[in-house]
Amino acid sequence: MTESTTGMHRRAHPVVTWLRSRDAVLVGVLLLIVLIASLALPRFASPVTVGYLLLNAVPILMIALPMTLIIITGEIDLSVASIVGMSTATIGSLTLAGWEFLPAVAMAVVVGTLGGVLNGVLIAFVGLPSLAVTIGTLALYRGLTLVFIGDNSVSSSSYPPEFPQFINLKLGATGIPAVILIVLAFIVLFSVVLHLTPFGRGLYALGYSKDAATFVGIKVARSKFWLFVASGFVSALIGVYWALYYSARSDSATGLELTVIAAVLLGGVSIFGGRGTVVGAITGVLIISVINYALRLQRVPDVVLIIITGTLLIVSVVAPSVVDAVRRRRATVRNRRSLPQGSARGDHGVEHSTSAHQEKE
Amino acid sequence: MELLRNNRGGVRRRLLTFAAVSTVAAIALTGCTAAAPAEEGSGSSEGATITFIPKNLNNPYITLELSGAKEAAEELGFVYNEAAPLDAGADSQIPFIQTEVQNGTQIIAVSPNDPNAVCPALEDARAGGAKIITFDSDSAVECRDIFINQVSVELVAAGQLKQLFDQIGGTGEIAILSATAAAPNQNAWIEAMIAEIEANPEYEWDLVATVYGDDDDTKSFQEAQGLLQSYPNLKGIISPTTVGIAATARYLSTSEYKGQVALVGLGLPGQMKEYLLDGTVEGFALWDPSEVGYLAAYAGKALLEGTITGAEGETFEAGKLGTYTIGKDGLIIVGELLEFNAENIDQYEYISF
Repeated sequence: MTESTTGMHRRAHPVVTWLRSRDAVLVGVLLLIVLIASLALPRFASPVTVGYLLLNAVPILMIALPMTLIIITGEIDLSVASIVGMSTATIGSLTLAGWEFLPAVAMAVVVGTLGGVLNGVLIAFVGLPSLAVTIGTLALYRGLTLVFIGDNSVSSSSYPPEFPQFINLKLGATGIPAVILIVLAFIVLFSVVLHLTPFGRGLYALGYSKDAATFVGIKVARSKFWLFVASGFVSALIGVYWALYYSARSDSATGLELTVIAAVLLGGVSIFGGRGTVVGAITGVLIISVINYALRLQRVPDVVLIIITGTLLIVSVVAPSVVDAVRRRRATVRNRRSLPQGSARGDHGVEHSTSAHQEKE
Repeated sequence: MELLRNNRGGVRRRLLTFAAVSTVAAIALTGCTAAAPAEEGSGSSEGATITFIPKNLNNPYITLELSGAKEAAEELGFVYNEAAPLDAGADSQIPFIQTEVQNGTQIIAVSPNDPNAVCPALEDARAGGAKIITFDSDSAVECRDIFINQVSVELVAAGQLKQLFDQIGGTGEIAILSATAAAPNQNAWIEAMIAEIEANPEYEWDLVATVYGDDDDTKSFQEAQGLLQSYPNLKGIISPTTVGIAATARYLSTSEYKGQVALVGLGLPGQMKEYLLDGTVEGFALWDPSEVGYLAAYAGKALLEGTITGAEGETFEAGKLGTYTIGKDGLIIVGELLEFNAENIDQYEYISF
């Protein structure tokens, strides 16, 4: 039974298999939403949209990558937004102190990555639960952000103009920002790591069962450690982006962690670990971004907007579970009806044939 | 086995997810297309689009301000919109400004949460021909055409000190109960008050403390409590924030200090009336917030029609408020501090939430 089913799937074209996956459904939903928005909203389909939408989505897209890997292993990182803040504040305060731009950026990346290292050490080597650790560091790093920058505000005009200009650089007339190429490179990198390396596939195993993962030789602590370091590093990079595109202030990026996690979960990554893909997570981010952008364009109040994104998240998470539950119930009912009969007949048959066999002898 | 679990029999489930998610999205999107965006206007400002982007929505003070804006927009035949983030974060207004850029809005009135963070987005808007007005709090001067402020910092500071002087004379311990430690307007007023106390020989007060209630009712109440505990000889409290003065008045009215410790500051007539009538406070001050919104809409009209450009000395008509002259750096001051006492409170009770 098992062999024949897997065999059947092996024979199906990979594209066909993918079209049946949850990722394909999500991509379909995304395309549908873009289509509806383009038809219904007169100003939606334009290069301006592409530019603003993608530039505002860059932080969520980037942080969603390490977050996807972390959630697949069954962990969570709530401190990402505070690391963004800490990194942004480092650049801002060092610039105020008269540092050159590039050394300030280097320092910010180091500070943010160290934030990830601390998370990693506490979670992987000390063995504390990631939820508790990162709730703590969420507050700790935001506090440090305040210490670094105080009530100052450092805008992008404080840096050499070519860097903010680079952020706003578009690819020809398409409106696609050039920084998206960097984001794409990161998406490819994380996809390869997650889906094509032993390390990445080990993460799924880890998400299912830590004990089992340890038994089959996956280095659990080390895997977790590097994931949190990666999360700190990417968040630190986004801190640099935040300083250049928005501004550096003590409340920069507050609440971003929830936006990221919501988008990742919408993208089909299971909060219980063990399931999810990079493509799904990225599509989840884009679905939320496009819906928010389209609704804002129609001046729908933000109160309505968070209700819609909240509903979407619940629907996307709950709908499959509800269907599962209904199917399981039906199966149980069916089994209850058929099991006693089936087993009785089976037992009888076996007994009969054995006795017949014995009789023959 | 896992492969099996992931691939088998999930088609119906996925279809359901697909259907559910896309229905919600479709309803959300199509439900909102009824409000068709206005087309870009012609030479006259009639039918022009004006959008107000305050610090955040659901703040009663801002609602009152925008009520004036709406009134003026109706008088002028503008298409009026308001949009704002849920939180007053430094960068959360940016997507809203970008939306207005894309919608081709002709007048954008914004009350920036951060003077610099909004600049790139405002520059995009100006490049598209929009007129930019800041109100309440200012952006960097080069990012906007004019800035509309309630009352000059000096007048706010001097008015509150004068009220305190009238009540307790020029000696004794006093304290300030402010909003947040970083609020630019609060800090400007406090600085101006300290300068005024030093400059005026009649004011010989001893300013013993400045505390911060964070514009939170409970925190302000506790700070007021703490002040009177720490400084038993305190004679007066100045609270230049509507939340702070109401919370302090509530504490005083139920404490032994009622009528003993003077309380002045910026308060809302509707909210403070009971404390005025029960003798907790003798007088307080504010302005009419709706006038800010009203004036902003008229200034937008004048900018759009080219009557003014934001240069010092230019004048324009602002409906029921009369004629205004632009000051240095494009600053327009709406009016003077309104002082409230038991006699005139009924007349101004509408300034409330």
